[in-house]
Parts: sequence; structure tokens; C-alpha cells
Amino acid sequence: MQFIPQILFLFLLCVGVYLFSIRLIAIRRNILRGKSESLNDQPMERWKNLFLLALGQKKMFKNPIVAIFHLFIYLGFLIINIEMLEIVIDGLIGSHRVFFSIIPSIYTFLINVFEFLAFSVIVVCVFFLFRRNVIHIARFRSSDLIGWPKNDANFILVAEIILMMLFLNMNAADTLLQSRGVNDYSSTLTGNFIFSSYLHPLLNGYNNEILALIERASWWAHIIGVIAFLNYLPWSKHLHIILAFPNAYYKRLTPIGKFANMPTVQQEVLYAFQPELANQEITNAAPSTFGAKDVHDLSWKNILDAYSCTECGRCTAACPASQTGKLLSPRKIMMSTRDRAEEIGRVIDKKGKFDDDGRKLLFNHISEEELRACTTCNACVEDCPVSISPVDIIIQLRRYLIMEQSSAPNEWTMMFGNVENNFAPWKFSTEQRTKWIND
Amino acid sequence: MNVPILSDEIAKGNSPDVLFWVGCAGSFDQRAQSITKAFVSILNKVGINYAILGSEEMCTGDPVRRAGNEFMFQMMAYQNINLLNQYHVKKIVTACPHCFNTLKNEYPDLGGSYDVVHHSSFLQDLIDQGKIIIKEGGSFKGKKITYHDSCYLGRSNGIYEAPRKVIEALDAELVEMKRCKSNGLCCGAGGSQMFKEEEAGNTRINWARTEEAVASSAEVIAAACPFCNTMLTDGIKVKEKENEIKVLDIAELIAQSI
Ligand code: SF4
Ligand code: SF4
Repeated sequence: MQFIPQILFLFLLCVGVYLFSIRLIAIRRNILRGKSESLNDQPMERWKNLFLLALGQKKMFKNPIVAIFHLFIYLGFLIINIEMLEIVIDGLIGSHRVFFSIIPSIYTFLINVFEFLAFSVIVVCVFFLFRRNVIHIARFRSSDLIGWPKNDANFILVAEIILMMLFLNMNAADTLLQSRGVNDYSSTLTGNFIFSSYLHPLLNGYNNEILALIERASWWAHIIGVIAFLNYLPWSKHLHIILAFPNAYYKRLTPIGKFANMPTVQQEVLYAFQPELANQEITNAAPSTFGAKDVHDLSWKNILDAYSCTECGRCTAACPASQTGKLLSPRKIMMSTRDRAEEIGRVIDKKGKFDDDGRKLLFNHISEEELRACTTCNACVEDCPVSISPVDIIIQLRRYLIMEQSSAPNEWTMMFGNVENNFAPWKFSTEQRTKWIND
Repeated sequence: MNVPILSDEIAKGNSPDVLFWVGCAGSFDQRAQSITKAFVSILNKVGINYAILGSEEMCTGDPVRRAGNEFMFQMMAYQNINLLNQYHVKKIVTACPHCFNTLKNEYPDLGGSYDVVHHSSFLQDLIDQGKIIIKEGGSFKGKKITYHDSCYLGRSNGIYEAPRKVIEALDAELVEMKRCKSNGLCCGAGGSQMFKEEEAGNTRINWARTEEAVASSAEVIAAACPFCNTMLTDGIKVKEKENEIKVLDIAELIAQSI
């Protein structure tokens, strides 16, 4: 009988970790359906980005107050995981506060630190809920967030508050039971903890049995909540907690204004001018499409970007097109890319392989009008806290529109003609190039 | 105006130190032509050993590449690189951030590696070396000048300080717009937008940017890109501020002050 809680705990833990792993494997599969792109050069630079951009959250500090608040949630999340380790061990071997017997001298201090973080997380989450729902901040109000994305953001804030409350409640009930000398609890006399002791007056009226029940219930609810949270993560924008790290590491290190070369086109052009120089291997291996019409035409990094996006909208707030009422929103580009990757993932889950479902990233999720509005100004890339490039996706879709569909606004078609015939985007002859000298 | 053409110079046995890449805007656009002339007048005055390609220059391919037409970009790049390599060009200076970005960042992949500098860095160097000497009590002394960052110069290539140093050398008061440097708002011309009607929205990007420039209370809006210049000049006209606010390139500011 006495092992039942432990078995139950082990079972829950296994189910939680199993479901989480399956989901991560599916996401990895969806990402790797993208085209291969080698992003392993300059490891030192990459580690630097990981530490500065992901761990150090450098871009967040463009707005220091929000950055510090976000840092609390983030540190709270990271550090409270140490406490989780104790909870897991306790759950598995049936101990009570196992670390207390190992490190009694600093145990209370540690829990006090955790409690401080838990308390800060609650305060910050309440503030963020307020900011998101009451204060008018344009990037949280725009239409691309209506429905699930908005609920997702609120849900996770509420969940964090509940989890942290359970943690504090558990500590409060525990220390109260200790001070009353109740059997199972008085063997680990940790003493009161700073923050949870404020809850004592609320619990003091209960007798020992009920209090022990509250303590156990909080403990179970907390761990079940954490396992649920773990499994919620990869379905939500909060996946950035994990993916921000690889995304910073694999960030492209080329200047952001540089467009990726297309060796196949380069070779075709070379072939036209100097056939003897063209690399036959690349020319012959020409892909069936130029540019991208669907997510698997994009690089795997673009799809990783999409899964890492936290939907914060900093990109859209900086985007000159979005700012002036154009249809384009770089955040929506990322959300659409993720939606499409998920859509394809569901087809594969159902059928075992990808069958054409008659839908595409281009047209079904992202319209021509959106793509046309981009000035390639890179403001979105500059402001993204998790190293995402929406413009890289935009440009690959634009390439498809022009090179595969010959779909361009009239003025562009005329400009292409000028460049081709007069070697300038305007209708002037080459002789007129030096006319300014004598004007 | 005396402007050496590279092919002539090579025929005469001269080898210029630096090629001035004029760019299509600088060659054909009326407003941008005066930027080109201003820059050339500085080069001549300082005595730089330079040349231009003249009628042999072609579009770098920036607008077609950004529109998505990679074929045409590769065609332009191929022909330009062939020409530049044939003339053994080592150093290029250009007054256009789009040409600058393409020549500097995109041509190396295609076999064209040169030392490419933007005219803002070039001018700053000349000032630092004492080769450009600003007139005492120049026409911009004490004037409020704001600087609009070009996306392809700033965010794309990290050049924020050189143009500002040039403005400060004029003894002018540099005032910043609310959004500047890495946060600077685009003028609306990049990504080949210059060559088509803006998509439907509630305002135009260049109008929005012009409003920010006007709000800085500057008397001069300095730009370092012919396209930004056109966009902001247009914005100032729409806001009916032509009489109070001038849009000038940093080369024009210098040319009028030496
Ligand atoms: S690069 Fe395009 S999408 Fe990104 S901010 Fe500029 S205009 Fe918007
Ligand atoms: S792309 Fe970056 S800046 Fe834009 S919403 Fe996603 S995380 Fe935020």
C-alpha cells in the first residue's frame, strides 16, 4: 500500500515525459523537412550568440523594464527547476525534502531564494496580464493575435501564477505542520520560509489532518501542473523557452542585408555566358522550383525560426509596412509558416507520409499582397529577441512568385525589361549614363 | 566638369586608386545627379586619383534581386564582375547604400571581391586626415541637422557613425529623430518598392518618416542614400515644408562647406 503514491508518481512522470518526447520528435521532423543549409561555421561566434542573445536576452534590453520583468519569469522558470529535481526524487523514493538531509546548512536559504523567485513570477505575471489585456499596446491588439494566440498568451500567465501559488502554499502548510510537531513533517525541521510564512494565518485554522491534506494536495497539484505545463509548451508559443537556444546558435552570421546566393541560378547564367566554365554538377542538379511556395522549399532554419517565434510582435511594431497599415505583418509571416508546418505534420501523422493536401504556404497562408509590401529594411530582424528572420522567408516566396509564376506588378515587369535592355531600372540608354557630367 | 572615365585612363596608361561607382540613381535621377556632382567636386578638389565606369557601368542588380528576380540579378552581377575584374579594380567608393551592399556583400560569392566603401566613410576619412577642410563659419554652422539612417547602410552594414561624424564636422547641431540608428524607420524605397506603387495602407511610409523628421525640428534632413533622399524630398513637398526644411545628401553638405 505504501508504495502506491510512488508508483502513481512514476507512472505520471513517464506518461508526461513520453508525450513530451513524442511531440518534440514530431517538431524536429517538421523542421527537418526544410531544405538543408549548413550553419555550423564559426562555432565561437555561435556560442557567443547563444550566451548573449538566448541566455543573456540581449535584445530584450532594448526596453529595460520589460526585460527585467521578463528576466524574473525566465530565471524563475530556470531556477525553480532545481526545486523540481527534489520534488521528482521525493516522489520516486517516497522521501520528504530529500535535499534537506544532504545540504541542511544552505537548504533554507535555497528555498527562500526559490520563494522569492516564485513571488516575483506571480507579481510579474499579474503585471503582464494587465499589460496585455488592459493597457493599450498596439502589438498585443492587432488582428493576427485574435483567438488562440491571445488565449495562449493569457493561459500561460495564469498557469504560471497557479503553479507558483501551489508551491508557496505547499511550503506554508509544510512549515506549519513542522512547527506543530506533526510526525512526518517534524523530522525535517527546515524552519519557516520568508514568503510562504505570510500564508500561515490563512491556514492556521485547519487541524493537522486537513493541513496535511492541503500540503499533499498542493504537492500533487504542483507536480501534475508542471507535467501538464511541460506538455503544453510544445503546442504553444512558449516553445521559445527551449528553441531560443538552438535558434540563437544557428543564427546566420552573414551581414543581414546580404541575400543568400542561389548557386543553381548562378550556374545557369554562367552557362548562358560561358558554357565552358559552368559547373555541370550544379547545373544538372537544378531543382524543380526556384524560390519557395511551401515550407519544405524553405531552409530548415526558417522552420526552426517559426517554431521559436514567441509572437511578441516586436517585429511588426518596427515594420514600416505594418506601421503604415499595409497587410504585411512579419509576426504573421512567422505564425503562418508555423501553422503550415503543423498542417503538414498532421497530414504525415495521419497518413505516415506527406501527400499533397492541395494547400501551400504561398496563397493559402501568405498572400501576394503581404509579400509585395516588404521593403527588406530588416527592422524586424533587428528587433526580434529570438534571432528570427521573417524577411528571409518573404524573399524566398517572392522569388517563387517572380521566377516560377512570372507574377509581378506591372511596374516591376517594366523595370525588369529596362534592366534587361538598358542595364538600368529606368528607361535610359547607356549613353545617357554620363550625361550629368556636362549638364 | 572634369570626370575621368576608367577605360580612357587605362588606355592612357593610368591606374586610378579608386573607382567611383555612380549607380543608376546617381546617373539618371535628376535629384541624385546633383549628389553625384557634389561628390565629384569634392573628389576633384581633394585631388583623389579616381575614375568612373561611365557608359560601361550597369545596374548592380539590387532592385531586381530584391523583387525576387534572381536570374536578372545574376546576369547583371556576371557582367559587372567581369568588367571590374578585367580592369583589375581594387577599391570602389559609392554614394548609394544599395550598390554598396550588393558590391560589398553579394558580389564576393560570385567572384567579385573588392574593397568597397560608402561615401560617408570615405568622406569621414578625408575629414579625419585633414584633406577636407570646412570653411570657417560655413553655411551650416549652428544649424539643426537631423540624419536619416538608410536601412542598407545602418542595419545591414552597421554604419551609423560615419555620416554623423561628417555632419558634426560642419559645426552643425545634430538632432536625432525619435527612431534612429538601429531603430530607424525605413524611407519606404527599399526592397524594390521604389519601382512600384506602394501597397494599400492608411498612410505612406515616406510620409510617416517625414513626420518624424519634421518633429525633430531640424532645418536640414541629411541623407546618405539617393533613394531615401527622393522619398523624403517627396514627403517634405506633401507636408508643404519645402521652404523651411531642405533634404540634402552629406556629400552636398560638404561640397557647400569647402
Ligand atoms: S524587412 Fe520587410 S517585414 Fe521586416 S520590417 Fe522591413 S518591411 Fe517589415
Ligand atoms: S518574429 Fe521575433 S519579434 Fe516577431 S513576433 Fe516572433 S519572436 Fe517576436
